[in-house]
Amino acid sequence: MPLVFVLVPLIALLAINLPLGSLGKRLGFPVAALLAFLQIGAVLAFPAAWSGPSATTVGGLKLEFAADRLSLLLLLTIGIAALASTCVARGLEAKPERGGTKFYDLVLLAMIGMNGVSLVTDFFSLYVFIEVTAVASYVLISMDKAKEGLEGAFKYLILSAIATLMMLTSIGLLMAGVGDTSFAAVAAAVHGAGGGPGGGPGGGPAWILLIAAGLFVAGLCVKGGLVPFHAWVPDAYSAAPAPASVLLAGIVTKTTGVYTLIRLSLSVFAGAFHLDWVFLVLGIATVLVGALAALWQKDMKRMLAYSSVSQVGYIVLALGAASPLGMAAAAFHLFNHAMFKGQLFVNAAAVEAQTGTRDMESLGGLGSSMPVTSWTSVVAFLSAAGIPPLSGFWSKLLIVLALWQAGHQGFAVAAILASILTLAYFLMLQRKVFFGKASEALASIKEASPWIVAPAVALALATVAIGALFPLLWNTILVQVARL
Amino acid sequence: MILTCIVLGLMVLSGVWTVMTRSLTRSAIGLALTSLILTVLMFQLGATMAAVFELSVCAGLITVVFISAISMTKALSHDALLQKTRDRLKRYWYLPAILLVVAAALAFVLAPRPALAAALAPAPAGEGFDALKSSLWKDRQTDIIGQIAIIFAGVTGVIVLFKERKGDKE
Repeated sequence: MPLVFVLVPLIALLAINLPLGSLGKRLGFPVAALLAFLQIGAVLAFPAAWSGPSATTVGGLKLEFAADRLSLLLLLTIGIAALASTCVARGLEAKPERGGTKFYDLVLLAMIGMNGVSLVTDFFSLYVFIEVTAVASYVLISMDKAKEGLEGAFKYLILSAIATLMMLTSIGLLMAGVGDTSFAAVAAAVHGAGGGPGGGPGGGPAWILLIAAGLFVAGLCVKGGLVPFHAWVPDAYSAAPAPASVLLAGIVTKTTGVYTLIRLSLSVFAGAFHLDWVFLVLGIATVLVGALAALWQKDMKRMLAYSSVSQVGYIVLALGAASPLGMAAAAFHLFNHAMFKGQLFVNAAAVEAQTGTRDMESLGGLGSSMPVTSWTSVVAFLSAAGIPPLSGFWSKLLIVLALWQAGHQGFAVAAILASILTLAYFLMLQRKVFFGKASEALASIKEASPWIVAPAVALALATVAIGALFPLLWNTILVQVARL
Repeated sequence: MILTCIVLGLMVLSGVWTVMTRSLTRSAIGLALTSLILTVLMFQLGATMAAVFELSVCAGLITVVFISAISMTKALSHDALLQKTRDRLKRYWYLPAILLVVAAALAFVLAPRPALAAALAPAPAGEGFDALKSSLWKDRQTDIIGQIAIIFAGVTGVIVLFKERKGDKE
């Protein structure tokens, strides 16, 4: 009964907002962290239990949620990112500017939205849960009420409104052309009886489906921050409070913009409308623009934000291979990205909390005073750059292999070369922030709160372990994702 | 029937809490909760269209507007609040009497009369109405959870962004 992944956070949200006085204020962190932890445990311990019937009747309401291996992988990633984010928030609780316990409400709301996105089987429901996540995200970004955060949230809001318009128009066209918005009905209409777009029973004219598919995919590209729709990403990620950045960069935009593209590529469009070429061109442009822009950044979080743009490009590039291997590679890189980027944002939170700045020019030599943060940062950036045997290496290898097999050798070579850029900007970050000799002002800096250091260590260990256990993961999860 | 009675009881409790609580914000949230429970009740009783609009407008939009407005106001001191309550009781002492008169008049007018009952019977729903009802409610029950979550997200956003904390103006 996958429904519990949506209902339980909703009930928890109601529970922590009951008028319980000071107890209610203290419940925010334990409830949000426990739920994220239980989500991880539920997916890992009972993966078969969630693959039940898609429709469940609760209190007279017929609710349709379905889970497969891809959904479970996303649910696991959401749990990990939410747990890391709540721990960082707990570590920074002394900072009054974070809006108090409302942060945990917003994490739960984002979890409801993201879990819903991963489990729905209908275009309109997908839109509804994307909006739940988006509304929670706007508030998370701007909750400090600082000018920078408000500007970032405003840009995200405006571009998201455009994306919303595209998606709603697409849904309207699907209703007109197909008469139904479920993934199954639209997939049947797209592929038709003979495999051609719009030729099947119930399928409307091919041009309606083509416009609908184009508009929905364009909307998702805005949500995912793909080039040329990436303008909001650096502002939103860098301006958001530290724990919100961990959640946003780690999983939120990957769920609303990237997972949704994987899901639709797998379950609905699957090779139709030459979307593979759209993904190839958008993907490589995103990889290169993100990596080149990251090279010129002085703000640590802004560099990580551009790096996120670039890594999302890799995932979309994998979709361009339009093969089962490409789909598995995209899903695996999404998971790995949440691990290493979440970890880098946790480290950025630690550095900012201890030094009060994100400007890399005024940092340096923190490796000796913050050794754990420094070493976990090394693990994360090596994984992001695709250095073996870390987890990022395997997903990038799969992406390159998928592109090569599909006959896109040029894109495969470009992806490998862009990895060198990734290594370059991360080496620059590591050198400027952690290596060298610390200035007098930074000499007395210590490691951040254990609540911040612990998730960084856990994520670093996970990155190493996933790299080492890749064959097991491939045989148990990724092959099944590819076979969907 | 038992479920309907439980929901009805919950709605009354929520309504009483809404009226009795001293915090305006909690009162607005209580109103949203009452509307939410009323939506479930309407749905159980088959009034699907009313339920859809109750959920969207009363529980959603109005709550966001109320909380936005409340977050921009300033709370009265305890003594000033008591004084205001006393003044209000003096000024509006006649309202319960009017309520009783109206209730008595309604009871008289709505007493069982076959002709009146026939006149007030709902018109048979047409095909267009059924299609609208079906597309708004029956086919989209999964989205109700998302809709409730969006309402909460909106309310939380307004509270976080518009409510001024102590010391914000210093």
